[in-house]
Amino acid sequence: MENQFFVDSEYLSPEALVKKHRLENDPSSRKNHMEYLPGMERIESDVCANVMGHMNAYDSSRYTARDVKAALEHEVCTIEDFKALLSPAAEPFLEQMAQRARLETSRHFGNTVYLFTPLYIANYCENYCVYCGFNCYNHIHRMKLNMEQIEHEMKVISDSGMEEILILTGESRGQSDVNYIGEACKLARKYFRMVGLEIYPVNTDEYRYLHECGADYVTVFQETYDTDKYEQLHLLGHKRVWPYRFDAQERALRGGMRGVAFSALLGLSDFRKDALASALHVYFLQRKYPHAEMSLSCPRLRPIINNDKINPLDVHEKQLCQILCAYRIFLPFVGITVSSRESAEFRNGIVKIAATKVSAGVSTGIGDHESKYSGKASDEAAGDEQFEIDDNRSLDKMYQDIAGEGLQPVLNDYLYV
Amino acid sequence: MNNDKLIIGGHEFHSRFILGSGKYSLNLIEAAVKDAGAEIITLAVRRANTKEQESILDFIPKGVTLLPNTSGARTAAEAVRIARLARELGCGNFVKIEIMRDSKYLLPDNQETIKATETLANEGFVVMPYMYPDLNAARDLVSAGAAAVMPLAAPIGSNKGLATRDFIQILIDEIDLPIIVDAGIGRPSQACEAMEMGAAAIMANTALATAGNLPMMASAFRQAIEAGRKAYLSGLGRVLTRGASASDPLTGFLRD
Repeated sequence: MENQFFVDSEYLSPEALVKKHRLENDPSSRKNHMEYLPGMERIESDVCANVMGHMNAYDSSRYTARDVKAALEHEVCTIEDFKALLSPAAEPFLEQMAQRARLETSRHFGNTVYLFTPLYIANYCENYCVYCGFNCYNHIHRMKLNMEQIEHEMKVISDSGMEEILILTGESRGQSDVNYIGEACKLARKYFRMVGLEIYPVNTDEYRYLHECGADYVTVFQETYDTDKYEQLHLLGHKRVWPYRFDAQERALRGGMRGVAFSALLGLSDFRKDALASALHVYFLQRKYPHAEMSLSCPRLRPIINNDKINPLDVHEKQLCQILCAYRIFLPFVGITVSSRESAEFRNGIVKIAATKVSAGVSTGIGDHESKYSGKASDEAAGDEQFEIDDNRSLDKMYQDIAGEGLQPVLNDYLYV
Repeated sequence: MNNDKLIIGGHEFHSRFILGSGKYSLNLIEAAVKDAGAEIITLAVRRANTKEQESILDFIPKGVTLLPNTSGARTAAEAVRIARLARELGCGNFVKIEIMRDSKYLLPDNQETIKATETLANEGFVVMPYMYPDLNAARDLVSAGAAAVMPLAAPIGSNKGLATRDFIQILIDEIDLPIIVDAGIGRPSQACEAMEMGAAAIMANTALATAGNLPMMASAFRQAIEAGRKAYLSGLGRVLTRGASASDPLTGFLRD
């Protein structure tokens, strides 16, 4: 396959290179991505079959301007309407979609915009996902913060005024096990009102443990719902197991988490199908767990260290905006998060239409908040970043910019009960 | 009209317009309160529970009664904990119970709401439960010690008006507590209609937050609510059905 992703590091041993090339070129050398590994919990659920049934049958070229107009006229957006809004036929109606999306957003969220920041505590990873800066064959500076360092990072972030934090790790159970993450959550509860997690998928009992440690929101990106494409991009490691990842949110809810977040990494496969599946993943889980809070993200591919060629392909800002408007019209009650992968201009615009949450004061590296926030060089080493961000506004700047747009920045809307 | 007071839990109010605060900018609150003539403003405890420099509490004008709500609670136990936290935060004794186990429509759970009402009323709170307009549930809320009953007119945020009109009328007719219509009121005319029906007060948030000019819309609601109240107090004239009424009374033959 044509691939802009493969990069050979000069630091890899000849044996490692042989294995890497075999994984890349010989599908038979790779494990079955639909087969669970030992220790992975399997739950009974019809959500996956429902989502995949719709996605596999979806032909976005079948929809016409008439379908789009009808969808915009309907008071309640059906799945069929949503499919029309995601189709190429809806592109000329982007402004009308934005108008409708803005109305829905203001009805459900008023003019509020929530702010949060991610905190990466480790970047070790056991997976080979070809587009990711943390992948195990990428030569980057690896690091795992100890509890003292984590607390220092949290203090720096908390002092900036931030009240919601999203704790992230690379996907390595060996280097950052559930216990380690749980301890980080306990620390985070001291400094923040709301603690979210974006870590490797775990079993229900482990989600329950992490919830008891103070985490209450779990984000898992499916990357792509196209299982064949997924197989070609996630060549090694537990992340390769697609169905275990798909059921992560449901296990998290069963483990007692208040809310869950979803996304595909737009640009990996057919983005319209991935957007459809992401939203239907929310839709069907919401029907099953009506009390749960749900949100959607919309990451596009970004350049990584050692590979600046990675880009979001055919998902331009217009397409991204179309997807977000369609999400909002179909699921008016869900949160929509737009990360610092996108530009300040795009984020300023999209919070007026559909987005309800943005990050600020972002670093995707490890242990570098003090140097990034204060500008002073740190004595301590820092771990390298997962991807390059675009919008590097501080919390103060983001707060002012949002308020300047006539919107209301909100730092907390949450109680751990 | 000057003696017409809204009494909730022994507290007297002249205004019958309760303002929400969650969906618009903090710096508009003062103008909204002033133009609405509001004496009660709700706020989400989960939003007030912030170390943010611009805490919503700082924007509430003096003399206005705070009505903290328990939004975010999914059970009676969670609502009770949030209400107690509100008291600790200095929000007073009023509490509006909101319990939702539904993230899509945010419809209130009447059963859990009754349980929370009982616990909090026993702890001395002035409890104002948000509920789905069901007569049996409303009676249970009265027994549980509620100070008012707050039925929804339509799904929250929908601006659809009195979708549950007939059921709210039943509550007004049968329940001896103030019936405050909450959620779904989208325009002043709908607020006026609810007041004509005999509602004790109106609560609105989204209708103002989504208006082009928030303070002006607050003022429009104020006038509509006052008009509806006056109409109710003055006794609405009869409405003629099927043309005119018979000039010869049907009972004219009765002799003594």
